[in-house]
Amino acid sequence: METVNIFIRSIFVDNMVFAYFLGMCSYLAVSKTVKTSIGLGIAVTFVLVITLPINYLLDTYVLRPGALSWLSPELASMDLSFLSFILFIAIIASIVQIVEMVVEKFTPALYSQLGIFLPLIAVNCAILGGSLFMQQKSFDNIGQATTYGLGSGIGWLLAIVGIAAIREHMSYSKVPKPLRGLGITFIITGLMGIAFMGFMGIKF
Amino acid sequence: MSASRKQILVDPISKNNPVVVLMLGICSALAVTAQVKPALVMGISVTVVLAFSNVIISLLRNTIPNRIRIIVQLVVIAALVIIVEQILKAFAYDVWGQLSVFIGLIITNCILMGRLEAFALGNTPFDSFLDGIGNGLGYTAILLIVAIAREFLGSGSLMGYTVIPESFYEAGYMNNGLMILPPMALIVVGCIIWVHRSIDKDLQE
Repeated sequence: METVNIFIRSIFVDNMVFAYFLGMCSYLAVSKTVKTSIGLGIAVTFVLVITLPINYLLDTYVLRPGALSWLSPELASMDLSFLSFILFIAIIASIVQIVEMVVEKFTPALYSQLGIFLPLIAVNCAILGGSLFMQQKSFDNIGQATTYGLGSGIGWLLAIVGIAAIREHMSYSKVPKPLRGLGITFIITGLMGIAFMGFMGIKF
Repeated sequence: MSASRKQILVDPISKNNPVVVLMLGICSALAVTAQVKPALVMGISVTVVLAFSNVIISLLRNTIPNRIRIIVQLVVIAALVIIVEQILKAFAYDVWGQLSVFIGLIITNCILMGRLEAFALGNTPFDSFLDGIGNGLGYTAILLIVAIAREFLGSGSLMGYTVIPESFYEAGYMNNGLMILPPMALIVVGCIIWVHRSIDKDLQE
């Protein structure tokens, strides 16, 4: 039940874009057409689902205060949590590289669609943000961490596809000149965020 | 200081502002703008990290192999961010708590990667330092405008001190609770862009 709650909350309530503004740069830059935004959304979800369990294990068995006690009881007082930024970003950058190579090798069709987005994802704040929030929320087991990754990814996908669809339709509307492009996209994202706040308190 | 150096420093504050013109670094910025104090600390942290990572990468620019430069840049940024985080944790614990994960997210702040790629890799260390300071100030300026608007309208205070007099509240004035919520940060930035582009017509799309 707890896992279902984490899933629903991470999609609607703690939405990466609307509640925490993570991944805004690629969200603004790539949301001009629905097709490319679906590609980027799937790539982000994919990488989140892979990196979160790995970073969860890293956090539980290496970084947390006392996490190293499984090696020897003397290490129980070690606190390596200050290293988490550098280790998380290293894991993310290498996973992105590996995922890119694997996808290229085995599914060239998917690669040609995702190809250009994959390297961008290493510096997407939503991915590092996912890991840092995971560390802060201290989940009970690896299943919950993976669920959180999947939910956050789907939430991000939902947001970018939504704004892309709106932007496609907006090309027919008469927007004041200084607001065209970036300005109106910000305001629409804000309005979508207010709409998403209606999900607050949703629970099973 | 020569004219070109002055331009490097001043340009990013308005004309080439990283946030509202180049669309960089919005990611980790807006979530900390509900109050002025965390926004100011965040702005200073980003400026420091940006200036020093620019200098370091500029010093190393002829020795870094092109293929692995992204990893090198990430390591330099991550190391600087860890230093800033430890300093904040030691000397400003309450602000550190408010900023929580957003300090860590400076690593993936696009301004850093953007400036390293576009400027530090091709310029001397001193110019890169000025560029870092200029872009950091441009970023801080936007953060502060958003934070001042949100804290003033949302809580009636600035830097934690109440500025709206008690008699206003007695006369029926209410704080706008909506301004505290995350989506309003986006709408305020949208309005800043609107004003900025109305004044500087070259930027319109």
